Amino acid sequence: MPLRTPLYDSHLAAGAKMVDFSGWEMPINYGSQIEEHHAVRTDSGMFDVSHMCALDLVGPDATRWLRHLLANDVAKLTTPGKALYSCLLDEAGGVIDDLIVYFFTAEHYRIVVNAGTATKDIAWMRQQLAGFNATLTQRRDGDGALAMIAVQGPNARERFWTAFPTARAATVLLGIFQAADWDGWLVARTGYTGEDGFEISLPAADAAQVWQKLLAAGIKPCGLGARDTLRLEAGMNLYGQDMDEGISPYEAGLKWTVDLKDTARDFIGKSALATRPVRNQFAGLLLLDRGVLRAHQKVITPQGAGEITSGTFSPSLNQSIALARLPVGVAIGSEVEVEIRDKRLKARVVKPSFVRNGKPIL
Amino acid sequence: MTTPTNLKYTASHEWAKLEADGSVTIGITDHAQEALGDIVFLELPAVGRVVKAGEECAVVESVKAASDIYSPVSGEVVDINQAAADAPDSVNADAYANWLFRVKPANLAELDGLLDAAAYTATF
Repeated sequence: MPLRTPLYDSHLAAGAKMVDFSGWEMPINYGSQIEEHHAVRTDSGMFDVSHMCALDLVGPDATRWLRHLLANDVAKLTTPGKALYSCLLDEAGGVIDDLIVYFFTAEHYRIVVNAGTATKDIAWMRQQLAGFNATLTQRRDGDGALAMIAVQGPNARERFWTAFPTARAATVLLGIFQAADWDGWLVARTGYTGEDGFEISLPAADAAQVWQKLLAAGIKPCGLGARDTLRLEAGMNLYGQDMDEGISPYEAGLKWTVDLKDTARDFIGKSALATRPVRNQFAGLLLLDRGVLRAHQKVITPQGAGEITSGTFSPSLNQSIALARLPVGVAIGSEVEVEIRDKRLKARVVKPSFVRNGKPIL
Repeated sequence: MTTPTNLKYTASHEWAKLEADGSVTIGITDHAQEALGDIVFLELPAVGRVVKAGEECAVVESVKAASDIYSPVSGEVVDINQAAADAPDSVNADAYANWLFRVKPANLAELDGLLDAAAYTATF
């Protein structure tokens, strides 16, 4: 029996084509993935992300524990509602998952992890909680279950306020990666598209009604297909595809999320990262010939072979793009070859970020 | 979804049409384009290539995935639809008007082995 979010019926009503995603029956598109993609780049779209798992962490040791658990340092979170992106590493420095943690107080945080990894993450976290005075509560099902809806695009916030006018005052001043409580909802200025917008956590029982109001405000429902092309253009990693336990954050383009400033802080994976060899770099590829780059295609460079981790046709650039792991030393701007079926096609190595705020940034 | 009754079909979602000049026009079905989603790239066989029935000879790529296209009949590729290759989304718009390639069949009897519309729609 596939898992379903509180918005399952809303998706069917909107004409969604449903697919299995990590055991969840989710919308891949509601007609045209490309139209949904453009809606987010030029106006607004919304995504059901209720399959992701929210966790509440409460207790006197909450901060001390997160500083031990995460590669990024929650000590830099001092404003209530401020969010931080981090990797969850194992002892070898491999990536168990990537997540977002929201700070409310030094004894209260919200953590949001990926759908398919939630069970594994929670087991790992509970194991690491031994000796710390803090409790972890999942908010994906049962009493207190949350739904999560992401509204994204240059007009997404305005349309959200059209649907919920009284939310404006509480959320209009939110900076990037900042969240606020509004009437029991957590409204966060975060996303996975490279566009402005909010990610909203709300009681699961209210989800269908809220979705309906957002629809009425002109926000286009968007599926996982568009979510993937949008995040890929924005150069954002997808767990399980661009990185996993076998990869360190240093080889996944996530060095910026590993905080070593406080030399006294000892987090899980820290000592392994210090000695683990870094053989690869994370880069973007722009296909110069005609075709479509896909995950696991081989990249031939003067420094050796690399591999595409995510590839697609970019609706914004009208050209194929990819994220790839390439040997250290391959220069940004250089030309490489990609093996596609029986051919070798030319691609340019670029920084792993293609489109932001509706504009190409190559 | 449409499945014209004047065409022959394969279980792998190609359609085939015998033309007056004896060549066979080949494309993908409406059901296939619908399942693939937005089509963004077509790789068509070289004209002159000799293919066997069931041989991979083209690729249709949508935003989602790459899909191999198999020739329903054996023979020589005599024409490709360059207009469709230049505008791959035309296959989404009309999968029967926007064919992929033509084969001069080596053995017309192979056409009889293909599915008719009713048998094809019964496969899904």
